Amino acid sequence: MIEVYFEKIVPLMLRGVPMTVLLMLYGTLLAAVLSFVFGLARLSRFAAVRGTASVLVELIRGTSLIVQLFWIYYALPHLGVELPKLPAAVIAIGVNYGAYGSEIVRSAILAVPREQREAAIALNFNSYQRMRHIIVPQALPRMLPPFGNLQVELLKGTALAYFIGLGEVFYRTMTQLNYYLYLLVPIFTGLLVIYFALSQLVLLLYRWAERRLAAGRM
Amino acid sequence: MEIGFEIVEVGSVVNEPYEGGGKLSMHMHAVPLAETAAERGSVRPMVRFRNIRKSFGELEVLKGVDLDILPGEKVAVIGPSGSGKTTLGRLLMTLEEPTSGTIEVDGEYLWHMEKRGKLVRADEKHLHRMRSKIGMVFQHFNLFPHMTILRNVTEAPIRVLRMRRNEAERLALEMLDKVGLADKRDNYPSQLSGGEKQRVAIARALVMKPQVMIFDEVTSALDPELVGEVLAVIKEIAADGKMTMLLITHEMEFARDVADRVIFIADGRIVEQGPPSRIFTQPESERLQSFLGRFRAYRAGR
Repeated sequence: MIEVYFEKIVPLMLRGVPMTVLLMLYGTLLAAVLSFVFGLARLSRFAAVRGTASVLVELIRGTSLIVQLFWIYYALPHLGVELPKLPAAVIAIGVNYGAYGSEIVRSAILAVPREQREAAIALNFNSYQRMRHIIVPQALPRMLPPFGNLQVELLKGTALAYFIGLGEVFYRTMTQLNYYLYLLVPIFTGLLVIYFALSQLVLLLYRWAERRLAAGRM
Repeated sequence: MEIGFEIVEVGSVVNEPYEGGGKLSMHMHAVPLAETAAERGSVRPMVRFRNIRKSFGELEVLKGVDLDILPGEKVAVIGPSGSGKTTLGRLLMTLEEPTSGTIEVDGEYLWHMEKRGKLVRADEKHLHRMRSKIGMVFQHFNLFPHMTILRNVTEAPIRVLRMRRNEAERLALEMLDKVGLADKRDNYPSQLSGGEKQRVAIARALVMKPQVMIFDEVTSALDPELVGEVLAVIKEIAADGKMTMLLITHEMEFARDVADRVIFIADGRIVEQGPPSRIFTQPESERLQSFLGRFRAYRAGR
């Protein structure tokens, strides 16, 4: 029984790991880009930009991730946009976590002292240069810890892609479960372990990045 | 650096203006060339405030200020805290927008531009162009904490003036050398004392070669023993001559030593102005007399 578990089921479960990691990486990339786009847009000088960004962020945060995923994968084809499973999952996850990430970006930028902006104006940096070279580099270390949390949330959120049949860890596991119901407890325990190990890996990376960014300064 | 400062008794000065304070007499020559030029009306002011008003909500901080500063002139602004003197500098650096009135720098409107014959609010492009003429050193230094000292000084020349890196570094090291901190080039701001930070901030502003430099209470945040090194650096820059300077300060002896003209602001208005030799020895207005009196009492008590 134990042999079956370790020799057959665990390897099959692990074959889902690359897809989970891939979904997480692409999702994170999209989420990071959108975090900055929405976060900066909500700090824009122009009320129209601020308003549009706020409405979008609230719309995304106010609807559930799984409904968004289903909408993108099942409803969008009826509107003429047919997406394969991975892109659909990446978009749903990236947009959703990007909306949450925008709040992190926004508040980290607001936490940079006003005087830094003034010093940059006095040196005649233009508004892009002020953001890019003075404000954001100082906001970045502040963003990392909450981004780490959000990234772990995102990793765990990738399991929802099971519902559209994307072959990641959870999906691979659930398809095995039907054949090995008597191993239900070890199978679900194994799932916990896999997600836990992946989360720890992500957090480790963030700790390393935090140390790198903090080195030498402040 | 002498910290002690004796203001000659108002009464005694009337009779014997040069004898009351031995130190003061050294500075009596400082009748500014600029002022005589202004009297002839031949020099265009570098900075011109025209009926400047500034309110923050209900509070009117500046209540109609008119002030011309001539090219190369060193103008010290003194006054009680809350008098609006810092706001004056912040308006000139475009950090605050005047509620009404105009500011001209080098013959051009700062906060306005002409469009189809009408004066309209300046856009970013205009402000950007005007800011290249103006520099500022802040009370709290405002160095960039994420950059080394060298990067703090080279960043603006490289990004804003599009200077080549090695050229910017050469210039930056020259300026850091001028303020005595070239050996700190690879340190971060957090590793420096307040006085050192402020000297770096001065080098950072100088490297952009502004025509007008604003020093906004640059020693107010420093420990007393560090004030001297910063003032010495500013005196040296002032001695170079060409730069127009607006020195917002609490350091009376510094104002006396460096300034061609002293402006006394109280309650949002210029109450009195003149050469330091007169302002500090023969204040005319009651406000200035009591301000200097309080200042002296504070010094004596220290």
